[in-house]
Amino acid sequence: MPAKPASSLWTNPNFRNACWQVLTVAVLGAALGYFIHNSVINLQRQSIATGFSFFQREAGFEIGEALIDYAPADTYARAFMVGLLNTLQVAGIGIVLSTGLGIVLGIARLSSNWLLARLALAYVELIRNIPLLLQLLLLYAVLNTAAPGPRDAWHPLPGVFISNRGLFLPVPAGDPSHVFIAAAFAIGIVAAFGVRFWARKRQERTGQSFPVLAAGAALILGLPLLAWLAAGAPARMSVPELTGFNFAGGLDMPPEFAALLAGLVIYTTAYIGEIVRSGILAVSHGQAEAAAALGLKRGLILRLVVLPQAIRVIVPPMTSQYLNLTKNSTLAVAIGFPDFFSVVNTQINQTGQAIEGMACIIGAYLSVSLTISLLMNIYNARLALKER
Amino acid sequence: MKRMLASVVLGLALGVVGHAEAGQTLDNVKSKGKLVCGVSTGTAGFSMADSKGVFKGIDVDVCRALSAAVFGVPDKVSYVPLQAPQRFTALQSGEVDLLSRNTTWTLQREGALGLVFAPPTFYDGQGFMVAKKLGIKSAKELSGATICVQPGTTTELNLADYFRSNKLTLKSVTIENLDEVENAFFSGRCDAFTADSSALAGTRATKASNPDDFIILPERISKEPLAPAVRQGDDQWFDIVRWTVYALIDAEELGINSGNVDEMLKSADPNVQRLLGVTQGNGKALGLDEKWAYNIIKAVGNYGEIFDRNVGKDSPVKLERGLNNLWNAGGLMYSPPAR
Repeated sequence: MPAKPASSLWTNPNFRNACWQVLTVAVLGAALGYFIHNSVINLQRQSIATGFSFFQREAGFEIGEALIDYAPADTYARAFMVGLLNTLQVAGIGIVLSTGLGIVLGIARLSSNWLLARLALAYVELIRNIPLLLQLLLLYAVLNTAAPGPRDAWHPLPGVFISNRGLFLPVPAGDPSHVFIAAAFAIGIVAAFGVRFWARKRQERTGQSFPVLAAGAALILGLPLLAWLAAGAPARMSVPELTGFNFAGGLDMPPEFAALLAGLVIYTTAYIGEIVRSGILAVSHGQAEAAAALGLKRGLILRLVVLPQAIRVIVPPMTSQYLNLTKNSTLAVAIGFPDFFSVVNTQINQTGQAIEGMACIIGAYLSVSLTISLLMNIYNARLALKER
Repeated sequence: MKRMLASVVLGLALGVVGHAEAGQTLDNVKSKGKLVCGVSTGTAGFSMADSKGVFKGIDVDVCRALSAAVFGVPDKVSYVPLQAPQRFTALQSGEVDLLSRNTTWTLQREGALGLVFAPPTFYDGQGFMVAKKLGIKSAKELSGATICVQPGTTTELNLADYFRSNKLTLKSVTIENLDEVENAFFSGRCDAFTADSSALAGTRATKASNPDDFIILPERISKEPLAPAVRQGDDQWFDIVRWTVYALIDAEELGINSGNVDEMLKSADPNVQRLLGVTQGNGKALGLDEKWAYNIIKAVGNYGEIFDRNVGKDSPVKLERGLNNLWNAGGLMYSPPAR
């Protein structure tokens, strides 16, 4: 019997792999360290301030749109928070709207109605092939020039005003009962899910179905309504009113926000529509035919058979569209919406600390993007076929 | 995007390259054979490309004067148009040799940004422009107004300060691109547009469809000494820029202009002789040709000529000299002795 060859650590493939990996990380780390060290020395030599102490300094500039209280006397940290919330607001609303419209568009693309299908095709091809920045500038210019000044604002409905200062809507005036109404709304959502769970169990046991949709809607809308009635039905509204230069009161949507949101939604919808279409086409035609043979109606086939299977194909590319929408929101800087990118830009220019500002931008967008990715991956894992 | 790029370039440049040595900028400019000058993308009277694409204005003339001082001719300049938020990064990273872009001289910009400012070439103050039909006579009446402003400027900070100290409310619309922000104002998105009053006068004269529909309110809410800037750490280059500006002012004070500069070479006045290099010494001290100031005046004229043709009586903007007159005529323009 030949002697077993002496196995040294170096011939062990696992060890060698580990060595290479450690070496790669070490080289990358050293290169990064060299860059940072050199930058700090050069910045000092050029007398350019470094560090993040500017966070606690007074920002000194006005921000046009803020979801939280902000005044120029607040710190840069607060200004960054205002910008970040603006970014999250536009990205959040944008994602919801473009998902809904994208699904409609994708289904329309496959419609047997010739006109509808062709219109959807034209929309997709037109929007996908024009740069987003151009669309945003165009939308903004149209909103600004087409709408009248605040003194001659359009007044289509009582309390609603459209001018080049934005869209103004009446909203219920602040009232202590709002907290309870919001709580009732949340309870309604939880209860609706409870009903769905119970109905499914019961159907599995007895075969009897239950109108889950109607019951859920009644709970989600009814409970807040009851809470509102219980609070004595406060009906005071905050109605926009022209005072001096502009409208005061009510809810306003300025043209910068409107143009950015509309631009992002219009653009992303075109992509999502194509993803939805490809997802639906990926479901074998036999599935729909089998469902039709069972006597299901067309709407039910789509909702119960095709979409649940299509969604497995749709979710992964959808994630990158959500990420694109969020990152594209940085184009706000071109049309004057104070998103995170634009606020940090101002900071960079006022303090001259470009590297720190860029680091903040990278950190913030990376966090937002990774969070979206994480949530979508969890959702994707839940949807995936369970192979046992 | 350009600004992103500039920041990345700055990061890389600071990470990799060595440091700026005194005297390096002049050698660098000479070996390139041209001066790279950061200017505004289009401010009437300061730097704006004409119909043939040639940049004109006070800021441009400062670049031309510097080119004349270094090379003897005014046109060895490559102009880099910069938006407000890009300008300091472009200078810090070495993309431009001189920032001559109606930029206000402030403490923070010298202290924290690593810049140093030459003498002001224009003393300005921030103002407001509004449509005449609003019927407003004073900036104090602007409470609640929507105001267009370029972000990342001293203007943006002064605006917030002014409204704060006068307890007025403000809604600002900040757009980076000057053309876009002017469009927003003229389309009625904002009630007022705020900028340095000279820039407002230029915008009103050149970009409004009917200039008479707009007025500039009388308040000047800030001091805006507009000055060329260079990087810290190269004193020789700073001296050259500084004395180029002083030479323009000195020439006006001594009565030298582009038309009579050749005759003035024969002047008996020792001050004129020293400035024009008839008496040697000044050029050598700066590391330039002895005829540096002669070349400047021959090519671009004295400060008064520059003012008149770009923003003064010979221009569409028609500003008064005001603070920008010579010190002995009631203004602030004053040159130390060139000896």
